[in-house]
Amino acid sequence: MDGEDGAPKSLMEEMYANGIEGVDDAPSSSTSTTIRKNRPIISGEQLDIEAYAALYSGRTKIMRLIFLADHCDNSGMQLEALRMAYDELKKGENTQLFREVVQKIDGRLGPNYSTDATWCAMVDRKADQRKDKLESELNAYRTNLIKESIRMGYNDFGDFYYAHGALGDAFKSYVRTRDYCTTSKHIIQMCLSAILVSIEMGQFAHVTSYVSKAEQTPEALDPPSIAKLRCAAGLAHLEAKKYKLAARKFLEVGPELGNSYSEVIAPQDVATYGGLCALASFDRTELKNKVIDNINFRNFLELVPEVRELINDFYSSHYASCLEYLGNLKSNLMLDIHIHDHVETLYDQIRSRALIQYTHPFVSVDMRMMADAFKTSVAGLEKELESLITDNQIQARIDSHNKILYARHADQRNATFQRVLQTGNEFDWDVRAMLLRANLLKHEYNLRASRKI
Amino acid sequence: MNLVEGLLTQIQGLSSTASDVLSLQNVLNQADESLHAESTRLLPFLDQLDPSKHSLGYLYFLEACTAGPVTTESASSFVLVIARFISSCVAEQIRLAPDKFISVCKRFKDQVLLLEEPLRGVAPMLTAVRKLQSSTEHLTTLHPEFLLLCLLAKCYKTGLSILEEDIFEVDQPRDLYLYCYYGGMICIGQKCFRKALELLHNVVTAPMSTINAIAVEAYKKYILVSLIHHGQLSTSLPKYASGVAQRNLKSLCLSYIELANSYNNGKIADLETYVQANMEKFGSDNNLGLVKQVVSSIYKRNIQRLTQTYLTLSLQDIANTVQLNSPKEAEMHVLQMIQDGEIYATINQKDGMVRFLEDPELYKTCEMIEHIDLSIQRLMTLSKKLTVMDELISCDPLYLGKAGRERQRFDFDDFDSVPQRFNI
Repeated sequence: MDGEDGAPKSLMEEMYANGIEGVDDAPSSSTSTTIRKNRPIISGEQLDIEAYAALYSGRTKIMRLIFLADHCDNSGMQLEALRMAYDELKKGENTQLFREVVQKIDGRLGPNYSTDATWCAMVDRKADQRKDKLESELNAYRTNLIKESIRMGYNDFGDFYYAHGALGDAFKSYVRTRDYCTTSKHIIQMCLSAILVSIEMGQFAHVTSYVSKAEQTPEALDPPSIAKLRCAAGLAHLEAKKYKLAARKFLEVGPELGNSYSEVIAPQDVATYGGLCALASFDRTELKNKVIDNINFRNFLELVPEVRELINDFYSSHYASCLEYLGNLKSNLMLDIHIHDHVETLYDQIRSRALIQYTHPFVSVDMRMMADAFKTSVAGLEKELESLITDNQIQARIDSHNKILYARHADQRNATFQRVLQTGNEFDWDVRAMLLRANLLKHEYNLRASRKI
Repeated sequence: MNLVEGLLTQIQGLSSTASDVLSLQNVLNQADESLHAESTRLLPFLDQLDPSKHSLGYLYFLEACTAGPVTTESASSFVLVIARFISSCVAEQIRLAPDKFISVCKRFKDQVLLLEEPLRGVAPMLTAVRKLQSSTEHLTTLHPEFLLLCLLAKCYKTGLSILEEDIFEVDQPRDLYLYCYYGGMICIGQKCFRKALELLHNVVTAPMSTINAIAVEAYKKYILVSLIHHGQLSTSLPKYASGVAQRNLKSLCLSYIELANSYNNGKIADLETYVQANMEKFGSDNNLGLVKQVVSSIYKRNIQRLTQTYLTLSLQDIANTVQLNSPKEAEMHVLQMIQDGEIYATINQKDGMVRFLEDPELYKTCEMIEHIDLSIQRLMTLSKKLTVMDELISCDPLYLGKAGRERQRFDFDDFDSVPQRFNI
């Protein structure tokens, strides 16, 4: 690497080492005094299922537990998750999901956790009764034409369907309340319910449209609602693979979110999703302004200190430790319902960015040093650099014989001449072909015209 | 016979001035049928006429003589006669009866092919083309005949000389298609792939109301040449290609499109298996040579991509990346490319390394400045031509009538220039 010759040895060593020794200085001291509620959930250690599940409520808790059970290898964790799902379902009214979970358990947890047919039957019967009651009430309200009651009636229907897992019907019911909303508060309530159901259904197009609808209300929204809407928008962008937009939305979420949106997302998730998407898509200035200097977001990052550390490492060019944190987090991230499809892509993007940022300030780079910094072999590094150069993300050339990467800046003058000559040729070709075609068309037109005459 | 002799005297008498020639033409037109009736006995009378002075009359007689079917004995005698006529006839008189001249030359071509000596026909046909065309931008029906003879006689260079000229005026669309198709084949033979691509592109995108076989064959060759020259094929035809072509061409050339797809995937083994599987199909279209060139071009493409990424690379690595069998083969390929001027590199045999260099062209020499200057002037002339044509069309009553009729369909701004009286 090119560096000053007279620099003190410790500085040189630090540059060469590139943060490899930095791994030991894990700042876990700050977290040891935090209360149990804020203990890092998504960390390098194996996931603590109880703590994880405690972050969420409602249907999403059950779905997350089921997802965990489906995707983790450890049968102990699997059974733990299924057991918790069973307990949670018993408190609710969703018999369909209940049966599914029982099937997955398959009797492995003993007789207490098997099909409880009586409970199912009782719940179903109660459901039918309630449904009839709701219907008759709704009809009564409709004949009376009182807007507020009709709206409440449809809302109750929506809640009922949602509790029983009939998501499509729930969505329809919530949307029907739209015609009977009178104040902005009603509209926001309708939008939030619709968003909740859409997220559960996985239809994120609806999420985006309802978020924009809610944000367009004339009255000012209260801060928790704003935060909720931004989270929902961020999730929608994440699903659509628009990582930059997702990052921006998550970073705008204020600390007022707290635990108010536990039916959808936990503050730890906001920090993780926001941090990873930002790393994968922002450039250095944006990263500094919006993430590192962002006071609001700092509160979220405190909840997931590993993500905070890895962002700081990336910014200060300690790539080895950054990548190590990422590697540790991976297994737990793969168990998360929203981000597990995107982990690979995000990781690849972060790694590419690290490589590009590493080579950016130098005229020549020793590939052996670089391979050490990124914990990979020289051959592997060469392949990665080759694909980055072909994609035109690094302007450099590889000297494969001596294993050095040389920066290469295009000669503007030559490039301009080449482009000029090429444009001239293309113009020549196009115009000649065009004149020829015009002549043919004229000929054909004359032929047709003369035939008519 | 009296009729014929009468005609002969008239020809001899009326061939001196332009007005005489016109009245002669009327006479000949009236006598045309009777001439055709006597076709077999007209040959001896030709000796009484001098082709350089009585070109028009000679032409009519000759056309009547050769109107019948071609036989081998008559072929050899006629070939000499026609060749002499073409070289000595007067261009202005010929142009008064272009159809007759064209049919005479076509007969000539048939006879030459029957005798299996296409080379004999090349030079006379070239002269014929030059005499028939009113300007170098004019495409006559004889152009494709000439190119066909060049192809069959394998003298591509003469063909190339005609292809150098730009064509802007066309008599018959079919002539253009054939001309561009044959021209494309000649350029492929001479390895000028850029010009071949241009000509084939003209056929494929020419306005046509129904799909024709020439366009289909041209499209097949276009795909192959595009792969060799550019390394890729644009998947859709440009917007100005006729609707018929856009809809039908792809479905008629499916195996070639498949070939292009497997080329783009970059796996040489797949490409070669595909070629092997479809060998007879390509062979029946006479495209086997081109297909082989496509396969060898994929190696070149891969090596060129390496020059963008590496400064030095070992021959072993080149062999691995480009899927060649050994470093020796890699060395051969790189050497060939350096000699052809496709890449700039030096091979260090001691280390088995190749060092890629930048393009040494600095754009500072006098030749380069001259080249740029000439290009600019050529483009300015072309631009002027385009403006002139645009002005001509905007004054054309047919165009204005159509534009006026369709005024309602377009924005007001587009056709503001059309006067109101053209509203129908």
